[in-house]
Amino acid sequence: MNSNQLKTLFDKIWEAHVVQRKEDFPDLLYIDKQFIHEVTSPQAFDGLRKRDLPVFRTSQTIGTADHNVPTLNQHLPIKDMLSRFQVETLEKNCNEFGVELYSLGHQKQGIVHVIGPELGFTQPGMTIVCGDSHTSTHGAFGAIAFGIGTSQVEQAMATQCLLQNKPKTMRIEVNGELGKGVLSKDIILYIISQISTSGGTGYFVEYAGSAIRSLSMEARMTICNMSIEMGARGGMIAPDETTFEYMKGRLHVPKGEKWKEAVDYWKSLPTDEGAKYDKEYVFDAADIEPMITYGTNPGMGIGISENIPEKAVGGSVNEMSKALNYMGLQQRQALKGKKIDYVFIGSCTNSRIEDLRLVAEFVKGKRKANDVNVWIVPGSKQVETQAKKEGLDEVFQAAGFELRQPGCSACLGMNEDKIPTGKYCVSTSNRNFEGRQGPGSRTFLVSPLMAAAAAVTGEITDVREML
Amino acid sequence: MSFNNYTSTCVPLPMENVDTDQIIPARFLKATSREGFGDNLFRDWRYLKGETKNEDFVLNNPIYQGEILVAGKNFGCGSSREHAAWALDDYGFKVVISSFFADIFKGNALNNGLLPIQVSDEFLAEIFEQIEANPKTEIKIDLESQIVKIVEKQKVMNFEINTFKKTCLLNGYDDIDYIISQKEAIEAFEKNRAFSYA
Ligand code: SF4
Repeated sequence: MNSNQLKTLFDKIWEAHVVQRKEDFPDLLYIDKQFIHEVTSPQAFDGLRKRDLPVFRTSQTIGTADHNVPTLNQHLPIKDMLSRFQVETLEKNCNEFGVELYSLGHQKQGIVHVIGPELGFTQPGMTIVCGDSHTSTHGAFGAIAFGIGTSQVEQAMATQCLLQNKPKTMRIEVNGELGKGVLSKDIILYIISQISTSGGTGYFVEYAGSAIRSLSMEARMTICNMSIEMGARGGMIAPDETTFEYMKGRLHVPKGEKWKEAVDYWKSLPTDEGAKYDKEYVFDAADIEPMITYGTNPGMGIGISENIPEKAVGGSVNEMSKALNYMGLQQRQALKGKKIDYVFIGSCTNSRIEDLRLVAEFVKGKRKANDVNVWIVPGSKQVETQAKKEGLDEVFQAAGFELRQPGCSACLGMNEDKIPTGKYCVSTSNRNFEGRQGPGSRTFLVSPLMAAAAAVTGEITDVREML
Repeated sequence: MSFNNYTSTCVPLPMENVDTDQIIPARFLKATSREGFGDNLFRDWRYLKGETKNEDFVLNNPIYQGEILVAGKNFGCGSSREHAAWALDDYGFKVVISSFFADIFKGNALNNGLLPIQVSDEFLAEIFEQIEANPKTEIKIDLESQIVKIVEKQKVMNFEINTFKKTCLLNGYDDIDYIISQKEAIEAFEKNRAFSYA
């Protein structure tokens, strides 16, 4: 094969979905699956109504209520009137247009990026969109998955297609073995701190290398999830036996002969040896320690043993002083030992069963610090049910951790789960923007283990010292 | 509206990495229509506790008026919420100038007739300097020729825009009109694809 014919994983999937290509014009790209939720879909359904259009392929669309749902007493009507109306509008729209919905009260409801893979709706080789930037999560299966705005939600519902300019490709390789107490969340926080919050803009990223290959599916999802935090449109990991093992038998995956046929096809997807990317980075897993952010974008992160720098990679001194002022921190300060007020373990980044198991194993026999509030919010009903089946709920209760019901919760502070003004929250979510967890809230992004350690000591802690 | 030979004074926001959570915080995303988001544009920067205006924030400074927002690099990063573009548009902005835009925001803006113009870091710095020297500085935008001009200084720069998007903006149509017109091609694609997930 000459080198022009060698293709990346991304190129293979993209090319297989181009309905039409014209010069000086975006590609008309076919979309296999679309997820919808209550916040970014109502205006899209209104658009369809105005144009008198149906949902073009209802079986390729699936909905859930997640962003705006309460995480306590989900059996009661939602108290906040606007939130209730938004969820009811989703129910009404899905009903009217014939879209499958996992709304509040359904046994498989949950955060859109948790339930997609759980239900086997997410598969390798697909193009997947959702009106949510963390759609990149689904790339962990070797799919092209990206977030879109509401106008595009409407387009994809109406036509199963989008007009898209083909992004450039980036490969990020992480090799070697992870150190003690270092999780996939630390890998991605490390990468973002190295290439900055805009370093991936215009690119679609493929993660590769031995450190990535050795990760479980759930750990891979955590990495792809945060691709958007470096500006990348999406992230992906080539499908392999780990992928197929995770998928086998799930609700929406092909069965019997069709499964074999699908696996054969999926095995043809990984990047051809020698194929070119527009940009490449190589990192060594041994350089990564448990990470923590100190500022107001996810690129402002350091290893737990480091001090806050003069400025973040790709940022300015001005931006840094604004961020540190907001956070009540200073340059060159160490974070270890800093008192905290809240711990949030949840979000589509880290709310899956493996995350909860890790936390439970760590806190077994320990108790949270007295003046710290600890919320654990499972990513889905299925995660919640499984956690209870394994008795994790009892471990959490004994530790003083509050296990709530599934939803986005304090990840974006849209429902009542908000961190009060000025308070510090150690969080396993993906964004530390000003006010993200509630007006005036101050967020430290970490892995589930680092969060659990902070919950126990009441201050920012190097989890390795407790393992 | 047509962008041809469009001139306005500007509102300067010389901050980098302005994310969509700042443009419109999540707690204001509960509405099910597209209207009214302008009231909460930059809510947590515009207001101190409650309804007290933050006099230090540029939107509350009567010296700066206009339909062009000039912002630091990597504007619109973070969440994909199109509400950010709706809020800017509803408030009255027609154009955002920056030296770098986040991908999803750029697409959302273009889908709502809000023109994102990417200029060089140097040109952006010049605009900020000029506005600081004279808050009544006017910027002229010629979409047809893809030129942005600091009027007083007669300084110009070309900007890039996808030809299709330019045609849409100039004529007021939307991606969806075009895609719907391609239904036959889409159905043919579905029938003939090598591997189907349907
Ligand atoms: S958990 Fe957070 S990041 Fe994930 S979909 Fe919900 S709001 Fe978005």
